[in-house]
Amino acid sequence: MIELENIAYNYGGGELLSEISLKLAPGSFHFLTGPSGSGKTTFLKLCYGALIPTAGSVQLFGQDVRQMDRDGHALARRRIGVVHQDCQFLDHLPVADNVALPLTVSGRDSLEQVSNLKELLNWVGLGHRASALPPELSGGERQRAALARAVIMSPEVVLADEPTGNVDWEMSQRLLQLLVELNRMGKTILIATHDLNLIRTAKHHVQARVLRISNRKLQLAGADL
Amino acid sequence: MIATVAAGDAQADRVVPPTGFTARLTLFAAGTMAFLTVFALALSLASGRLAQRWGDELAQSSTLRISAPAEQLDAQTAAALRLLETTPGIASARALSDKEQRALLEPWFGPDLPVDSLPIPQLIEIRETDDGYDSAGLRLRLQAEVPGAVLDDHTRWRKPLERAAGRLRLLGWVAIALIGATTGAMITLAANAALAANAQVISVLRLIGAQDSYIARAFVRRFTLRALAGAAIGTVMGMGAILLLPAAQDEGGFLTGLGFTGAGWALPLMIPPLAAVVAYAATGAAARRTLSELA
Repeated sequence: MIELENIAYNYGGGELLSEISLKLAPGSFHFLTGPSGSGKTTFLKLCYGALIPTAGSVQLFGQDVRQMDRDGHALARRRIGVVHQDCQFLDHLPVADNVALPLTVSGRDSLEQVSNLKELLNWVGLGHRASALPPELSGGERQRAALARAVIMSPEVVLADEPTGNVDWEMSQRLLQLLVELNRMGKTILIATHDLNLIRTAKHHVQARVLRISNRKLQLAGADL
Repeated sequence: MIATVAAGDAQADRVVPPTGFTARLTLFAAGTMAFLTVFALALSLASGRLAQRWGDELAQSSTLRISAPAEQLDAQTAAALRLLETTPGIASARALSDKEQRALLEPWFGPDLPVDSLPIPQLIEIRETDDGYDSAGLRLRLQAEVPGAVLDDHTRWRKPLERAAGRLRLLGWVAIALIGATTGAMITLAANAALAANAQVISVLRLIGAQDSYIARAFVRRFTLRALAGAAIGTVMGMGAILLLPAAQDEGGFLTGLGFTGAGWALPLMIPPLAAVVAYAATGAAARRTLSELA
């Protein structure tokens, strides 16, 4: 599915990540933690091919990202739902259109899919905000809209970068619950977060593997979690 | 891809936010350039007609000038007319009357010119057949039989005039090519500005799996339609301005003949689709370049 083998990534003249290997198995649930600036976002970008490693190899669904052309990258990203920390919407389009954007660009915006869109918006609790513009949404609503957009294509993998970074505790629990539900549907989940309470809560609901980036290396987190 | 542009994709169109500045720039540039193209086209077509007219009028006529003492003028004129009648390739030859010769001189000397008292040469107008005549042979015969005759077959007038008209026509086409290139350059600038302003949109589209062809199509379609609309407006205004020019008159010469005739009015209608093709190519190239740079 997604396999990183002995990768390194240099940034700003120095090595940000080094000797990292990871295989995301289907249906697995991973947390990625580490201090700010440790390279969590960079790691996620390497996982969906937005960045190319300086050394080592990244395989997306059996293909080396270095061998993929831009169309190949685009097709791979349709199989990976990404929730960015800053969400990134098209601010001139209503929430419903933003969430449906992956369907639109892949030519799958059929009537059936539009029906699924309504269900999806209700699932993330945004049914009543479908016609609102992204700047009109609260932080939590933006995160939920981004999650809905990430999963509308029914991707095999969901990568979320600090999905609860801008929301209160109650909303973070709700978002976590949505991600746990997705995992129960068979999706592979990787969440980058520095919120240890979120990880502790999640471990009550799901079999999660916790990884930590420390000193440029990826380690399995200890029992303190 | 042209078919896709024509067919449209309402969803794809909405993906790119409307950008007022580049929209106005594209409309204005396409409109202005189309307006100028109409005039360049009119200039080129009018030059072509002028060259044709000058060629037709001068190619099949010649003038014989007889300069001789007054007492010999009539005899030499009669001899020249007899000689011309028997020359192959000459359809007709006619001595101009005093009135006609006075009319020719009137612009320079006024209406009261005493032709009878002046040693004015006699002019003979020669009309050729389609095959024409042997001017060198005729000159030799005239030299022998009518010593005061000088043959002017208009070659020295016709050639430079035709050449000048040809250059004007070429100038018109060069102007059209330059206008097309300028239109392409201006639309490329507008497209580059729009692409740069929408880097965030491109980033989001790529994040969700949009292929570059989809992203490019959204921009290309928008700029192509803007150029088409702007050029249509400019063309209509240009054709209206041509209609308002004075009608072609003999007294007005070339300038009043600047315009379209008959089926020529259909030619400016090609300008908007051509502007759209230029915009399509220019925006497509700009989009491909920008998308590869953003990779």
